Amino acid sequence: MCGIVGLFLKDKSLEPKLGAMLAEMLVTMTDRGPDSAGLAIYGGGGDGLTKITVQSSNPGKDFVDLDKDLKEAIGKPVAMKIKSTHAVLEFPADQVDAARSALAHLRPSLKIMSVGDALEIYKEVGLPKDVAQRFDLAKMGGTHGIGHTRMATESAVTTLGAHPFSTGPDQCLVHNGSLSNHNGLRRELIRLGTTFETQNDTEVAAAYVSQKLKEGQDLGQALESGLDDLDGFFTFVVGTKDGFGVVRDPIACKPAVMAETDQYVAFGSEYRALVNLPGIEDARVWEPEPATVYFWNH
Amino acid sequence: MTSEFPHTPPRKSYTFSDAVNAEIRRAAATGIYDIRGGGTKRFLPHFDDLLFLGASISRYPLEGYREKCATDVWLGTRFAKKPIHLDIPVTIAGMSFGALSGPAKEALGRGASEAGTSTTTGDGGMTEEERGHSKTLIYQYLPSRYGMNPDDLRRADAIEVVVGQGAKPGGGGMLLGQKISDRVAMMRNLPKGIDQRSACRHPDWTGPDDLEIKILEIREITDWEKPIYVKVGGARPYYDTALAVKAGADVVVLDGMQGGTAATQDVFIEHVGQPILACIPQAVKALQDLGMHRKVQLIVSGGIRTGADVAKAMALGADAVAIGTAALVALGDNDPALEAEYQKLQTTAGAYDDWHEGKDPAGITTQDPELYKRFDPVLGGRRLKNYLKVMTLEAQTIARACGKNHLHNLEPEDLCALTIEAAAMAGVPLAGTGWIPGRNGGF
Amino acid sequence: MQTFDLAARGLRELNQTLHTLNGTTNQTAWEIVNTRGSHAIAVGVDAPLDITVRGTTGYYCAGMNKQATIRVKGSTGPGVAENMMSGTVIVDGDASQYAGATGRGGLLVIKGNASSRCGISMKGIDIVVHGNIGHMSAFMAQSGNMVVLGDAGDALGDSLYEARLFVRGSVKSLGADCIEKEMRAEHLELLEDLLRRGEADAKAKPEEFRRYGSARKLYNFNIDNADAY
Repeated sequence: MCGIVGLFLKDKSLEPKLGAMLAEMLVTMTDRGPDSAGLAIYGGGGDGLTKITVQSSNPGKDFVDLDKDLKEAIGKPVAMKIKSTHAVLEFPADQVDAARSALAHLRPSLKIMSVGDALEIYKEVGLPKDVAQRFDLAKMGGTHGIGHTRMATESAVTTLGAHPFSTGPDQCLVHNGSLSNHNGLRRELIRLGTTFETQNDTEVAAAYVSQKLKEGQDLGQALESGLDDLDGFFTFVVGTKDGFGVVRDPIACKPAVMAETDQYVAFGSEYRALVNLPGIEDARVWEPEPATVYFWNH
Repeated sequence: MTSEFPHTPPRKSYTFSDAVNAEIRRAAATGIYDIRGGGTKRFLPHFDDLLFLGASISRYPLEGYREKCATDVWLGTRFAKKPIHLDIPVTIAGMSFGALSGPAKEALGRGASEAGTSTTTGDGGMTEEERGHSKTLIYQYLPSRYGMNPDDLRRADAIEVVVGQGAKPGGGGMLLGQKISDRVAMMRNLPKGIDQRSACRHPDWTGPDDLEIKILEIREITDWEKPIYVKVGGARPYYDTALAVKAGADVVVLDGMQGGTAATQDVFIEHVGQPILACIPQAVKALQDLGMHRKVQLIVSGGIRTGADVAKAMALGADAVAIGTAALVALGDNDPALEAEYQKLQTTAGAYDDWHEGKDPAGITTQDPELYKRFDPVLGGRRLKNYLKVMTLEAQTIARACGKNHLHNLEPEDLCALTIEAAAMAGVPLAGTGWIPGRNGGF
Repeated sequence: MQTFDLAARGLRELNQTLHTLNGTTNQTAWEIVNTRGSHAIAVGVDAPLDITVRGTTGYYCAGMNKQATIRVKGSTGPGVAENMMSGTVIVDGDASQYAGATGRGGLLVIKGNASSRCGISMKGIDIVVHGNIGHMSAFMAQSGNMVVLGDAGDALGDSLYEARLFVRGSVKSLGADCIEKEMRAEHLELLEDLLRRGEADAKAKPEEFRRYGSARKLYNFNIDNADAY
């Protein structure tokens, strides 16, 4: 039960302001989700480098010399950017598997938030404004992003229980609603080899999408399959390297509003989240149809 | 020729008992599931499985009749400008005009007011009978919104947003055509005589994030004066209590599966929900985890019958209780004095539950003027008042024996359990041991 | 005209101010500015005021309105004019889901489109939508009239009671127990009045509409209808 915001920029001149716009939208949705907040932000990519965002409950210790240690392990240059409890490690794209296994060895307590050429995920417990401040979200640029404020229903309020959930390289998912068959799906996904970090229903949805991608579906097809296999109430917003998508369950009673102008496509759980976007007065504003997959790509 | 050996006597199946087979035959003949009123009839672990540890040498009891044992309760102290103060912690649960006759609603108002407690409307709007005779009236805000209007919101003393009830958590209401009289039909904007199907979800919100906005709207309409209760059926009480608090409730009303209904499917009543004994500790834990125990008050219901039940519910952490079925019995429902008439309905006193058919010989669960004229609301009110007073005296007797000068000071540590089941559900030790099965097991 | 700056003075003061007027004042014309999608704007009003809301609103704008005329110069969030008793609410833009939910009287006009569940459980309200309406509209609608100049989404009028539905455009699908019904002279007359009061008489004529209502097959339980339950 939560608030979702999303912004996909068409106008490049807005890109330096992406973080600032999304952070403001996120804070507006505090009432819908005061427990934790998170943001997935897409930028860069195409330079042969890839990024891993990691989280630590003890950053003062874990992040010391992490770039050096990782560089030594993979034998390639590594750049590190530390933001509070999160660090983004950037290195040549062909080293992803090597870096993952090196990290598991070097700092076993680190949690991987995201992996991808363009994606960084930041999330923590606390009020959205505190989370936005802690990660300095307002200063971040990018091409598109998705944010989430969480009011936990049945699973614990933890960093890993916060959204967005990463579903694969450069892919993430946020959710508003409550799934009713996630335990059965979780058992099946575990049988197929997925490892879960939380009891969160959204993590099951994210893992489900990952599984479908692994089976050869594209993201649109995976979401279509989800309409058949996921029971309960959901509005999902998903991010990819090039764009973002939206899908609501067939009953579609959780709120969702979208706006589109020549400059951007925006998503909010409520219109309130959109009121400060430029030119919103003249935007095409509508509510996504039930059981319909929407996608925007660069 | 008969055998010279003794033969195996006929043996009926436990699984396919006479009652089960009768229900199969009834379903096959009629093509409709069994609909009835009341709460679950199955055996369940209950307050009877708990006992109080009275005081003696290590603790000192209070003198009955002379030393004070207060019973009053404040409800809605979190946000409301006008919280409710009741003399006794036993309230009357929501029962609709429609399910009950006008005179029965009047009697509830009279009895509750004389005893210093509140009554509650139901799925059918507010009647003059109950507003006029109830000093403190809680107005239910239900998915159907029958009769809902801002004037009644403003003349209520508190508003109870009903999300679910113990007899059918996750289900909607039902009132069959037999009881949709002209007056009931008019109050609900429905044609006379049709089955009324109430929705299971509210028409204009779903989930706790929306509920928070709905509560804001009701507070704005009533200028933040009235306490807002949120009522849930006992299904997932830890989460539901926590979310009601997060959404802004002043009071959480928790109805266990023994709670009654005017009419719903028997399969729902008997197979969905948790007994109230198991629900209370989960709700209290949620309140404690949020630092809101006693700040957001907890009213529990479902199978409360005696002052002992009241004291036990409060010892487990409730601030007050609500009674429905017991109040109807006090008014005269299922009275053996009417046995001849119950026989005519092919039932017996104590078992009558076809309230939806509107033929109640006691004149309580009916809209038939010939039947409800038999019921005297003044006498009924008097009987209810007596019963409420007795329950209160009983609860005080126990509290004093435990050395408490207020019912609210009863604690789980004043209890032990007779069975392992009750010990596990209530979170109190099995009698004679320090063992609480399932402790640290989580919910 | 009194102007109320919602951003500066807050929601509580707005509603308290409107409630206090209660028909005893000559300050009957109000303008609310800086709404920014706020919830519960002008709820529980019970006076013949003329209120103009400039900007877009959140949930439950004009909820439980009595007597007042409330014009929204923008779009509204979920549940606009929910449980309205009397008066008029006119939305210039679009309305989100649950518009006019459980409304018992008065007139709700939406000049743009209404989203899903428009008129859910309506109990006597009249609703005129100039554009389209979304899925599950008029679900369990009990009484009152709904007029739609555009198209209706899936499952129109599911489990309908006695509300009358008039749609000019296409209906994606009808809900359980909802059927098309004959348009009689009395209905054309009713429509003419609703179109006029809904400021839509220049856009559409009564003859262009089709009427939908309850087949009344679910009114008393019958196992042969079990698929519809």
